[in-house]
Amino acid sequence: MAYSEKLLDHFKNPRNVGTMDKSDKKVGTGLVGAPECGDVMRLQIQVSDNGVIEDAKFKTFGCGSAIASSSLATEWLKGKSLDDAMSIDNMDIVEELALPPVKIHCSVLAEDAIKSAVKDYRVKNGLEVPVEEKNHG
Amino acid sequence: MAAKKIYLDNNATTPTDPRVVDTMLPYFYTMPGNAASRNHPYGWEAEEGVDYAREQIAKLISVEPKEIIFTSGATESDNLALKGVFEMYRRKGNHIITLKTEHKAVLDSCDKIEKMGGEVTYLDVQRNGLVDLKELEAAIKDNTILISIMWANNETGVIQPMKEIGEICEKHGVLFMSDATQAVGKIPVNPKEMGIHLMAFTGHKMYGPKGVGALFVNRKKPRVKVTAQMDGGGHERGMRSGTLNVPGIVGFGKAAEICQKEMAAEAERLSKLRDKLESTLMERLEEVYINGDAENRMPHVTNLSFKHVEGEGLMMTFNQNMAVSSGSACTSASLEPSYVLIALGLGDDLAHSSIRFSLGRFTTEEDIDYAIEAMVKGVNHMRDLSPIWEMYKDGVDLESVEWTEH
Repeated sequence: MAYSEKLLDHFKNPRNVGTMDKSDKKVGTGLVGAPECGDVMRLQIQVSDNGVIEDAKFKTFGCGSAIASSSLATEWLKGKSLDDAMSIDNMDIVEELALPPVKIHCSVLAEDAIKSAVKDYRVKNGLEVPVEEKNHG
Repeated sequence: MAAKKIYLDNNATTPTDPRVVDTMLPYFYTMPGNAASRNHPYGWEAEEGVDYAREQIAKLISVEPKEIIFTSGATESDNLALKGVFEMYRRKGNHIITLKTEHKAVLDSCDKIEKMGGEVTYLDVQRNGLVDLKELEAAIKDNTILISIMWANNETGVIQPMKEIGEICEKHGVLFMSDATQAVGKIPVNPKEMGIHLMAFTGHKMYGPKGVGALFVNRKKPRVKVTAQMDGGGHERGMRSGTLNVPGIVGFGKAAEICQKEMAAEAERLSKLRDKLESTLMERLEEVYINGDAENRMPHVTNLSFKHVEGEGLMMTFNQNMAVSSGSACTSASLEPSYVLIALGLGDDLAHSSIRFSLGRFTTEEDIDYAIEAMVKGVNHMRDLSPIWEMYKDGVDLESVEWTEH
């Protein structure tokens, strides 16, 4: 299977790899997937006092598409408000990286990781958590 | 400069030996006849080529040339043996025993047989990939007609105790069939010594061409017959109709002859390279596991799991330059990892982390040195990225984490 240049670039030179202190109140952590399924993503955001994502980090166990999807997600998250972050759709990732159909689940996982990180931040800081709208089944 | 390309996926297919290709070429150009044409020199030459190849192949596995039935490959041979025996011996019984780690050609044929009214027992293997002989014997019933157990596994290289299985079959009067695709031409294979009655193998796993395989069918004590699955001109003693693939068969024969001459030295050379690859990786990387029995194993194969690294992602770090295969199945629709490794009792996570290296005739020490560096670099890259490797290093019990299945 031939992958896009963008995907290969994110895989070979992943952006924002790292770990934040998950006990920090400014940090939201999303850990999604399972080792048995062959992919686990951990995505973390650091949010400023005025509700903007200042920094994002990830680590991913998974195939090239999963790694590239989460790397891309961290790039997109920086500078976004939490609401804007919540509106990132997995199909945006599919399009940007030209993911083949068998790899769409990787983008779904990245979207789940974003949502889970934002939720974690909101819960931690006593903010209202909107009801989930989308269900990937 | 062209990028370096290293091929360590010889269990998938082997490159055709140039000596084989040279032998085949005249059968495309100057000797294009049909081996079944009895009335002109074109047919005679083709038939001679086929007869000679049949002898070369029979000699490699110490059987009579008449006991070799040519097919299109091991998948067809497996189908012919299993379905052919089932149809031929149905009056005697309808029960077949096989292993969960068999090739899909065997498992899917058995599945079809079940739909045709057969009964199939799929035995588990032990943690090392070997069949439990007591369990095997206990599974035999009055209506058992056939036991089908592969000689060497394609994913792990594990070699089954053929002789002991043959003795059990003999004792109970059950036919013994073996898919020996990965063993023939690589290690000594003598079906008669093992009590095997039917044995499938193919050209393209032993440096011959693709598209040609064989089924050994025992002719004496007992005389075994299979019902043809391909009807037509009655070629191959009526067991497999269809114009013979003369150039392919000639190449297959030459490949067998070369293997017979070079097998011992090749196996020794490759096992040294394999051991170097394996031991260096285990030395330089933490948490590397050998999948399958390390003793009863093909000399050129190693299947390793690199904990907390996903196999397909790992392959992407080097797959422009090096070909291996993985038990991870991130690309398959089912997302199921290798059923062979799962049958060995590996957790799904270790199965996703597996890489199979299969060396071959054209593998050099330089290739292995390259492979070691590429693997160390790739595994470290992937572990730097892996949250579960980090958790593991921090002493988190991964079993206690609540994962979100998806």
